[in-house]
Amino acid sequence: MGFRNAILNRSRRKSPWMLFFNGGGCNGCAIEVVACLTPVYDLERFGIVNTGNPKHADVLIVAGTVNHRNRRTLENLHHAMPPPRIVMAVGACACTGGIFKEAYNVLGGADKAVDVDVYVPGCPPKPEGIIDGVLKGCGPWKTSGGNDDATDD
Amino acid sequence: MDGLTPMVAAATALILAPLAGGLVLGLDRKLTARLQGRYGPPVSQPFYDLVKLFGKGARWVNRWPPFFAVLYAFGAAASVILFALGGDLLVLFFVHTLTIGFLVMGALAAVSPYSRIGAGRELIQAMIYEPLLLVVFMSFHQAAGSFDIAVVRSASSPLVGEIPLAWAALFLVFLIKMRKSPFDFSTAHHAHQELVQGIRTEYSGPFLALVELGHLYEIAFFLLLFSLFWPTAWGASAILAATFAASLLVDNVVPRMTWRWALRMVWIPGLLLVFANMAWIYYGL
Repeated sequence: MGFRNAILNRSRRKSPWMLFFNGGGCNGCAIEVVACLTPVYDLERFGIVNTGNPKHADVLIVAGTVNHRNRRTLENLHHAMPPPRIVMAVGACACTGGIFKEAYNVLGGADKAVDVDVYVPGCPPKPEGIIDGVLKGCGPWKTSGGNDDATDD
Repeated sequence: MDGLTPMVAAATALILAPLAGGLVLGLDRKLTARLQGRYGPPVSQPFYDLVKLFGKGARWVNRWPPFFAVLYAFGAAASVILFALGGDLLVLFFVHTLTIGFLVMGALAAVSPYSRIGAGRELIQAMIYEPLLLVVFMSFHQAAGSFDIAVVRSASSPLVGEIPLAWAALFLVFLIKMRKSPFDFSTAHHAHQELVQGIRTEYSGPFLALVELGHLYEIAFFLLLFSLFWPTAWGASAILAATFAASLLVDNVVPRMTWRWALRMVWIPGLLLVFANMAWIYYGL
């Protein structure tokens, strides 16, 4: 089983497909994530592909403070992603609510709605920071075993 | 494949075909990236994607997409194995058509608007390229005398000299099958989105891996078809290299077009080219 897990984990690290969710942000982080997909930063060299389909995605990137309206959508998307999956909170708003933390309509960060694995601070974070965050998020797939058990929430 | 026993030939085709298809796909992504001034994924990326998908969970809408994903992979593998065993081009054409039917049925059975529109567009793509493929096979028959692959392979002079316009028409079919711009309207590959994922939307996990595997077998099937134009080692390599380079160029130059445009632009020139070639041979010019 060790060899099978080694091959599976290597493939998961080499091919993390991302799904981007804008949870009511100003689009600053969205633009930075899109910038990562452009030739200058080139996420595709890590095998990362922006798939719009949660059923195909491994990495859920959340930007923007999540609010009461899109909380349900975020939970649905997260549930639609099959395991193994990781969640990344990109930007100050997705980490803690940012400068909108005290507003009445915001939840105050993505971890109020879903379990977050990687936090990437910044307003907006640099593309290098986002790439680093995705690769760090794939870290659990370095150790044998990973999290490919069939149970999920 | 002639000297090998049927079982060995079938097993070789079964194992080598997805490797060849994956390498073509990986090379395509790498060179596309280089043309765009990026580094791009490693050439073995399609294999990482495939293994990852096999190890991922699936989201079942109902039982039909998984069922038809398995059938699609089997059908695609069957067309390659039948080719390796030296079948009949017409039989291969019908096996190939049935295979696409499986993929479409699985997508239609999932009650999802993206999936349904993608499946409808896949049917339109099939409607666009299948008459062309059939007429190209007819020109093979005219140049070589038979639909049988062994006879076509042992034709006296390389077919690329007899029916070069049929190569051009088969190239149009290849662009559609490889899901390259301007004909990638039923599902978008990799870095693009079209109707989310179009026909592949409701396939996930190992069943998406089977759909991808079927696609690799289809690429291998077309590589084998192109090799019929010049069935020597160097000749086939030259034909395949030229076809691959042309498809890479076209993919990176043109945008995605509509199916109405594709219908006009593939039927009219494609059918005209092949019929012109057949008339050329028939009237002995």
